[in-house]
Amino acid sequence: MAGHKETFITKYLFSYDHKMISRQFLLTGTTMAFIGMAMSLLFRLQLAFPGESFAVLNFFLGDKWAPGGVLDPNMYLALVTIHGTIMVFFLLTAGLSGTFANLLIPLQIGARDMASGMMNMLSYWFFFLSSVVMIASLYVESGPASAGWTIYPPLSALPQAMPGSGTGMTLWLVSMSFFIVSSLLGGINYIVTVINLRTKGMNMLRLPLSIWALFVTAILGVLSFPVLFAAVLLLIFDRTFGTSFYLSDIYIAGEALDHTGGSPLLFQHLFWFLGHPEVYIIILPALGISSEVISTNSRKPIFGYRAMVGSILAIGFLSFIVWGHHMFVTGMNPFVGAVFTFTTLLIAIPSAVKAFNYLSTLWKGSIRYTPAMMFSIGMVSTFITGGVTGIILADAALDINLHDTYFVVAHFHIVMGLSAVMAMFAGVYHWFPKMWGRMLNKKLGYVHFWLTFITAYGVFFPQHFQGLAGVPRRYYANTEFPLFDGLSDISYMVTMFAMVGGLAQFIFLFNLIYSMFNGPKAPQNPWGSNTLEWTTPVEHVHGNWPGELPVVHRWAYDYSKPSKDGTDYRIPGQDFVPQTVPLEEGEIDGEGH
Amino acid sequence: MTALLFSLVIIVGIVSIVQMLRVFDLSNALKGTDEIQVNDQETNNIRWAFVVFFLGFFAFFIYLVASYGDQLLPQSASLHGLEYDWLMDLNMIIIITAAGLTHILLMVFIFKYAKNVSPKATFVTHNNRLELIWTTTPAVVLTIIVIYGISAWNSMLMDKPEDSINIELYARQFDWTARYAGEDNQLGKANFRMISTTNALGVINSSSIDDRLNEYDDKIFELEASREKVFPGGVSDDEILDNIILVKKNRAAVLQYEEQSKNENFDIANDDIITKVEFHIPVNKSVNFSIRSQDVLHSAYMPHFRAQMNAVPGVITHFYFTPIITTKEMKKITGNPDFDYLLLCNKICGAAHYNMQMNIIVETEEEYNKWLAEQPKFNVAQAQ
Repeated sequence: MAGHKETFITKYLFSYDHKMISRQFLLTGTTMAFIGMAMSLLFRLQLAFPGESFAVLNFFLGDKWAPGGVLDPNMYLALVTIHGTIMVFFLLTAGLSGTFANLLIPLQIGARDMASGMMNMLSYWFFFLSSVVMIASLYVESGPASAGWTIYPPLSALPQAMPGSGTGMTLWLVSMSFFIVSSLLGGINYIVTVINLRTKGMNMLRLPLSIWALFVTAILGVLSFPVLFAAVLLLIFDRTFGTSFYLSDIYIAGEALDHTGGSPLLFQHLFWFLGHPEVYIIILPALGISSEVISTNSRKPIFGYRAMVGSILAIGFLSFIVWGHHMFVTGMNPFVGAVFTFTTLLIAIPSAVKAFNYLSTLWKGSIRYTPAMMFSIGMVSTFITGGVTGIILADAALDINLHDTYFVVAHFHIVMGLSAVMAMFAGVYHWFPKMWGRMLNKKLGYVHFWLTFITAYGVFFPQHFQGLAGVPRRYYANTEFPLFDGLSDISYMVTMFAMVGGLAQFIFLFNLIYSMFNGPKAPQNPWGSNTLEWTTPVEHVHGNWPGELPVVHRWAYDYSKPSKDGTDYRIPGQDFVPQTVPLEEGEIDGEGH
Repeated sequence: MTALLFSLVIIVGIVSIVQMLRVFDLSNALKGTDEIQVNDQETNNIRWAFVVFFLGFFAFFIYLVASYGDQLLPQSASLHGLEYDWLMDLNMIIIITAAGLTHILLMVFIFKYAKNVSPKATFVTHNNRLELIWTTTPAVVLTIIVIYGISAWNSMLMDKPEDSINIELYARQFDWTARYAGEDNQLGKANFRMISTTNALGVINSSSIDDRLNEYDDKIFELEASREKVFPGGVSDDEILDNIILVKKNRAAVLQYEEQSKNENFDIANDDIITKVEFHIPVNKSVNFSIRSQDVLHSAYMPHFRAQMNAVPGVITHFYFTPIITTKEMKKITGNPDFDYLLLCNKICGAAHYNMQMNIIVETEEEYNKWLAEQPKFNVAQAQ
């Protein structure tokens, strides 16, 4: 590794170095996120001002999809679909896991790089390819995929059913296949690296919680993405080769199709067998990042480390046996619905444990409000707010009237979308010095945080009220019947908050790009952290540590640990004890027994 | 209201621009460690800002409840809806309490343990007793939620009264059709291959099978004839051949279906009644809906009745409920003379998904019977 000559191409494009790959994931994910966000702003315009003309719609979508500046209903569905796909997969799966698993796993476990640099590189480039195909699908003549991000057949299987189910859907499926390959290559690599390449002394119960979370996330991904791949493959078969996995008894566009014996519900089972773990693939890294940031900036050990590890494992396991709660009103056997209600509500227990542990980490701390810390606190708040409404939706009986309404939209945007985005911001503010060797501007970070936090709640919190009143999601307009006229103010308010919140993200973008080149040079250990990544040189080197690998002697959370006699800190004058500091005689490591 | 919101947004915008300008002044003035470390003045501002934020958040919640509370879960018009609303209230009380208490704790901790007022952290790694408490408390509360939830779910889906009126809701892009079972209270069989312009639901009775076979024969004849007139740039011969094969397959399937069901009584379809635009149901009688779809997934959503069930092509799904308030009474309750119960589509189904609706009229049993008697039966409508 050391000493071999690097060209521009091997250093910046086809790099095997996990730190470079992590930056590639972050920048690609951010780009996709801005595209996804712009789409949401376009369809929010239609929702606040149904049927009104906007030059901006015509500018972005052209005469075909926004004739005279009025959004076409098919394009509305396309925007909703691609917004969902980009945010769930490209930002919060690849963008979040890809960035932080790549950055943190080798650095925090004390490895020179990922187990396979080659696979790691391929993982990024498959992701890139998948992004390119997804963006390309926006430009096909019949429009991009429009059947919702869950692409339920028969709607997604039949080009007769909607224009978006033609070439647009084909490209969606191709893009998603590349994406799954990328996820699997990455995931297998993360698992192998965590199991095999931990440095001396780094046993599993000394791993930082970020690594535990990313490790379990990778396991979930490797177990569930192949099932999505199967679902996608069978859908391709139905669309192209005339098979009937998902199709039966369909009469459309004036003819009875030659499909019998299939079931659209099979697709839903396969999809949600990935789809539900997917939610935890998104939220677990967010929880892991927040654990690190909250503990470091409270200058206190994370409260109940073992309980946190246990709850990550419990959430990971339970996430595989709850997928049916997405299907309560599909006509499934009511007994099965009752079972899924029970398993789903079980997840609330480890989730509650995590929330309480965050609160008690803050308790009696000495909190430093860095931007990262504020985003993590925001994440704790959104995780609670969005989590509790999950209790209602998990209840099969209550889901009957709320299924597919704005209540669901509010719930998952807050608990999964916002929480994960907040944590991702926290991670970027916290580890930017490690990624680029420079600091992000703190003041801009504060402005970004407050605008994001306020507008995020402003956008998603009122949607609970629309949902409880019965407003269905994915409606182009609510003007065709008088039932929801009294709620049009909410749509308006939501759109206004969304506009401000969307603009606020440009502050972040500016900060990110400006600081990459002009930010002040990062000190060795800017936040006073214990973890190993802060022992590597600020300027990146191949292999991470120029000399020997560090040896680990303790867990990652010895913040404010008192000395034996209790008069000073364990290391006099310094309130943290890095993992490389050997234990004293009689000193207890971690929680003790 | 709109003006208020608009000005609110403008104020937030102005404040943020002013803040940003100040930030740039400040960040130019302060370089070095202040760029990284958070000083006491900032810490103090931030902890107060969080307090203001959370109080504002609670106020926002109260404002929303005050403004829109009366529209949430509009007056339930079905029997199980009362149980539903009770269960929802119970759950809401639990989750609002839980979220409220944890947010208050969060706010207090943010305020009380900020660096400037709490310069030294206490080294606490865990507390088994506390952790046991906050594991078992949610577990106990969730047990209550699970027990009530599952028993409500079972009673809503599994205790169908014997004497329910059978009605079919038939979905297609982008409208609904209702079919009443008629005097025998049995819905006639239907098959997607029987669908034609004259038989939109593909209902089967003895004459509709013959009609359909004749239509298929005509279609095949027509297609064969068009093969002679193939011209370049038009429909190709191969395409027509494919089409003929498909029609023949469908015809064979209908024939096979007829063979298999030799002993079935197709006459039960004769007294079925098909209506569009609106359908009527009697108050205080259980109605059992059989839900079908012609093309893609749809969902029959009737928010006033707390009722929803997907329409899945190839499968017949069911939902039943007992309406308890007539449309007339509901107009009085809501004070809205134009009020109508609605059946909406609640599963994305294409461009006009947002406009796929049907009115539901709940009326007294006499009115209902009178209305039903005026509707043509399937075999009568077929003969016309």
